[in-house]
This record gives sequence, C-alpha cells and structure tokens, in this order.
Amino acid sequence: MAVTFAATPRTQQESAPRPPRRRGRAARRTLIGWGFAAPATLVVVGLSIFPAVWAFFISRTKWNGIAPATALGWRNYERIVQDPDAAAAAKHTLVLTLLFVPGSILLGILIAVALNQKIRLLGFYRTCIFVPYVASAAATGILASFVFNPQFGAANEVLRRIGLPTQGFLENPNQALVVICLIALWGEVGFCAVIYLAALQDIPAELVEAATVDGASRWRVFLHITLPELRPVTVFTTIWQTITAMQLFDLIYTTTRGGPMNSTQTVVYYIYELAFQTQRLGYGAALAYLLFAVTLLLTLIVMWYSRRNGSESF
Amino acid sequence: MKWRLPFSPWHLLLMPLALIFVLPLVQMVLTSFMSAQEINQFPPKFIPTSLHLEGYRALLSESHIVRWFANTVLVSAVAVVSHLILCSLAGYAFARLKFAGRGLAFVVIVATVMVPMQLLMIPTYLMFARIGIVDTLAAAFVPWLASAFGIFLMRQFFLGLPVELEEAARLDGAGTLRTFVSVVLPLARPALATLAIFTLLSSWNDLLWPLVAISDDTKFTLQVGLASFQGTRRTEWSQLMAGNVIATLPLIVAFLVAQRRFIATMTFTGLKG
Repeated sequence: MAVTFAATPRTQQESAPRPPRRRGRAARRTLIGWGFAAPATLVVVGLSIFPAVWAFFISRTKWNGIAPATALGWRNYERIVQDPDAAAAAKHTLVLTLLFVPGSILLGILIAVALNQKIRLLGFYRTCIFVPYVASAAATGILASFVFNPQFGAANEVLRRIGLPTQGFLENPNQALVVICLIALWGEVGFCAVIYLAALQDIPAELVEAATVDGASRWRVFLHITLPELRPVTVFTTIWQTITAMQLFDLIYTTTRGGPMNSTQTVVYYIYELAFQTQRLGYGAALAYLLFAVTLLLTLIVMWYSRRNGSESF
Repeated sequence: MKWRLPFSPWHLLLMPLALIFVLPLVQMVLTSFMSAQEINQFPPKFIPTSLHLEGYRALLSESHIVRWFANTVLVSAVAVVSHLILCSLAGYAFARLKFAGRGLAFVVIVATVMVPMQLLMIPTYLMFARIGIVDTLAAAFVPWLASAFGIFLMRQFFLGLPVELEEAARLDGAGTLRTFVSVVLPLARPALATLAIFTLLSSWNDLLWPLVAISDDTKFTLQVGLASFQGTRRTEWSQLMAGNVIATLPLIVAFLVAQRRFIATMTFTGLKG
C-alpha cells in the first residue's frame, strides 16, 4: 500500500543518524519500539484517519466517482437539513435506537440475574441464550424473514394457534422497524447478558449478605445494592449498544432492504444507497460525517453524565 | 396456606426465553432438510418427514458456495493470524517499550474506534480501487490485518503481567524480540485466545465491507453469498436455510466446543473494551 511505504522510512530517518552514544541508545530504542508498533499502527491509522480526512474533502463536493468532482463548499450539509429522506432516515434510526438500547439493557440484566441463580439446567439455558450471538447478522436476517413470513412463517402460526389475528410483520410498514428491533435483540442480547453476568459475579458477596442479615428483602437488595453496582457496566453497554443500533446495517439489508415503503431505511442504509447504489459520493460522505458527529456527541454526553454521577467506566 | 412450585420460579422465565433463542436455529437446520413442497404446506410443518437433501444439492451444484466457504476460511485465517502477530507486537510496544511518539500514537489508535465504518467505506473503496485490489480477496482481508481493539486488548493484558520475568531474560542477554517471543508470548495465551475468537467472529460474519468491495461472485465471502442468494432465490427456502447452516454451523460448533472461552471473550470485550 502506498501509505505504508511512505510512512515507514520516515519514522526511521527521524531517529537513526545521531552520533553520540547515549543518543544512539535512545535512537535504537525508538527504532525497536517502532519496529514492534509500526505494522499494526500503519494498518489501523492508514485505514481510518487517512480515509476519514479524505471523506471530509469528498463531502464538500458533488461527485459520482468517475467524472471530475465539483466543489460545493458546505452545500451538501445544508441540503441534508432540507432532505425529507434524510429526516425520515434519522427518525427511523432514532426509533430503532430508543427501542433497542433500553430493551437490550433491561433484558440483559433480567437474563443475567436469572442465570446467576443456583438452579438446575443452567448450562442448557446459558448455551441456548448465547448461541444466537455467534450467528452472523446476515444469516439471522435470512432466518428471520422465514420465521416472520406472513404466509407460512412460524410467528404467524403461533398467533393462529393461540387465536390471535395474523400479522404482516416485515411486510407491514407500521411493524417492520419494530420487528427488526426484535430480531436485533434476539441476536445481540446475549452480549449484554454476558457482561451483566460477569458484573454480578464481581459484586462482593459480603455486601449482599450484610444487607440480608439486616433484614432487607431480596427485591430491596437488588434495588439498593445490585443495581448501583451495575452502573459502570451500564455506562459501557449504553454506549456500545447505541453505536450498534445506530450502525445496524446487515440485518436491514437481509430482511427488508429499507422497505416496505422506506419504513426501515435508517441513516446508515441511506448512506449505503447514496454512495453505492446511486453514486452520490459527496452527499453520502456528508451524511456519514453528520452521523459520526452525532455518535461522538452522544458518546461524550453519556461519558460526561456518568462521570458527573461518579460511575466512571473508562 | 402457602402454595409452592415444585421448581424454582426462575425456570418460568428462563425456559421460554431459552426456547425463543434456540428454536429459530433449530428450525433453520430442520428446514434445510425439507423439500419445497413440505415448506409450502399449510399449516406449516416444523419437522421434515424424511431427510431431503435437495436444498444442499441445488446449492452445491448451482452456486459457488464451496468457493465462498474457502474464501471465508482464507479471509478469517489471514485476519486471525495477522491480528495475533501484529496486535501482540504493537500491544507489547505500547505496554513495555519506551520510544519517541509512543503516547501520541496510542491516543490516535484509540481515537480511531470512534470513526464509523460508514464514513470510511467510500474513501477506502476508492483507495483500494487505486491500488487495484477491489474485487479481490485482498480487499476483504486487508481491513482485518489489525485493529485498534486488538492492540488495546493486548496492551491491557501485557500491562497486567509482572515485569520481573522479562527483566530476568534481559539480564541473561536476550534481546527485545527474543524476550518477547520466548518469555512474554507463552504467558499471553489466554489473551491471544480471546483475540483470536474475537477476530474470527467479526471477520467471518462481516457483511457490509465485502459487499461493497467485492462484486465478482467467485470472490464472495459466505455472508455476501448468502445475501446475494436471498436476492435471487427469494422463495427457495430449503436452499436459503442450507446456505445459512453452512455459513453458521462452523461458528456454532466452535462455540459449543469452547463455550467458556467464547463467554470470556464477550466479557472481555465488554468490560475492558
């Protein structure tokens, strides 16, 4: 790669020719240090910072990837504000995030607490609940479009058996986004549960015992001891799951491809369509930058809020 | 009078949940062995009457699925091996070696985690097009050669190791690389296993990037292949499910075999990532 060749010799030149002995040793250390660190650093930085800067320049142009780009200044960004498709996509991403993040955290805590009991079949439960996490989002999406198929899917069959009206699910514009959220929860909740389970097992047993001896009920112990102890982990899961929800792509691609009637077209899906289906690279890059800014802002807000409340996790 | 359940009430929560999580996967496997008629029957059936292999047979003869499987194995293998080497080297440098620019480089690496893939894919695609590796397998694995997460994970692990062993090796006259390879790496086995599993999961399951970078259907990875099937064979459910089984089973088997390690990996991602 061009980047690799350009950057490796430079770092060596900076440190190599220094005659006095002590300096020579420092230079040798730097050389060894970079020898260890440079390959991975170049891959990571070369494939993120460099394209990120490039994306910024692209975002200020009108470009289809082939013909010469036309400079637009900030006009792409101004257009996003007036674009009804972008607004709809932002709304869908917001709804998805607001359903997915609290859903996965509450369900994750519930499952973790249940798996932390000393009961039978625990190994069986654990395996069943965690196994969807290793299945890819693509496979999950294809499987889900079978299960939620209105005609012969299992979901409607269950509804029929218990005497409820059948649903359109992924083919109904009012339901598709919620169904996608449920599928995402199915695939990702195991991750939250594992983290909470580990956190629960880290809570000192003396804390719980002391409270129980003092006569606190199990529910009060949970509310006043367990939950506060889980707060730092919750900061992490909130950030992680928010990023997961905001960047959800694979599942939408393999279930609805943004439909029906654009009801599941999220921001990332819209960016994909702009850049790789309709070849509007500049506009797509501008939208991607806006998404990045929002993600960054949300992350900083959650971190600031948690720090203010004294539950640092980073 | 107090009435008591003969079993813990937690089962009332866990049993339905466990079934909701595992039954779709069971149905996936069962459906892959059904004939088209059986699948289209009404009311739907859950268990095939006999073992139909039509889905698998059609898949093997009409698509490049074997090729896709090999491609995915190759991409994931390169990703895992490269991650293990590059990230442990860099992680060790950032944890132990002192060199000019170390602090800055590490901060920049950690900051890259915030940049979303959607922002990078346009310029990365253009960059790969210029070097001429778009539409080759290299395009699929180059982004997986190393990751900020991997470097961070290894650094955290090395920071937690006692220095004395390394110092002893240095006193015995071993150089930095010798010390790293023969003293440090053997101690790092648990962290390396975690890194390998994490890389395997994410590179095997990646869809967005290979979808963007590869359009030649002999160079697809399994995930891209699955998605492309779905577009062309919307109603051939036995074939679609057979494809799903082929793409998912290796990871599920690996999960069942090494469950403890997998769960440790997920926890590590969560608590220290």
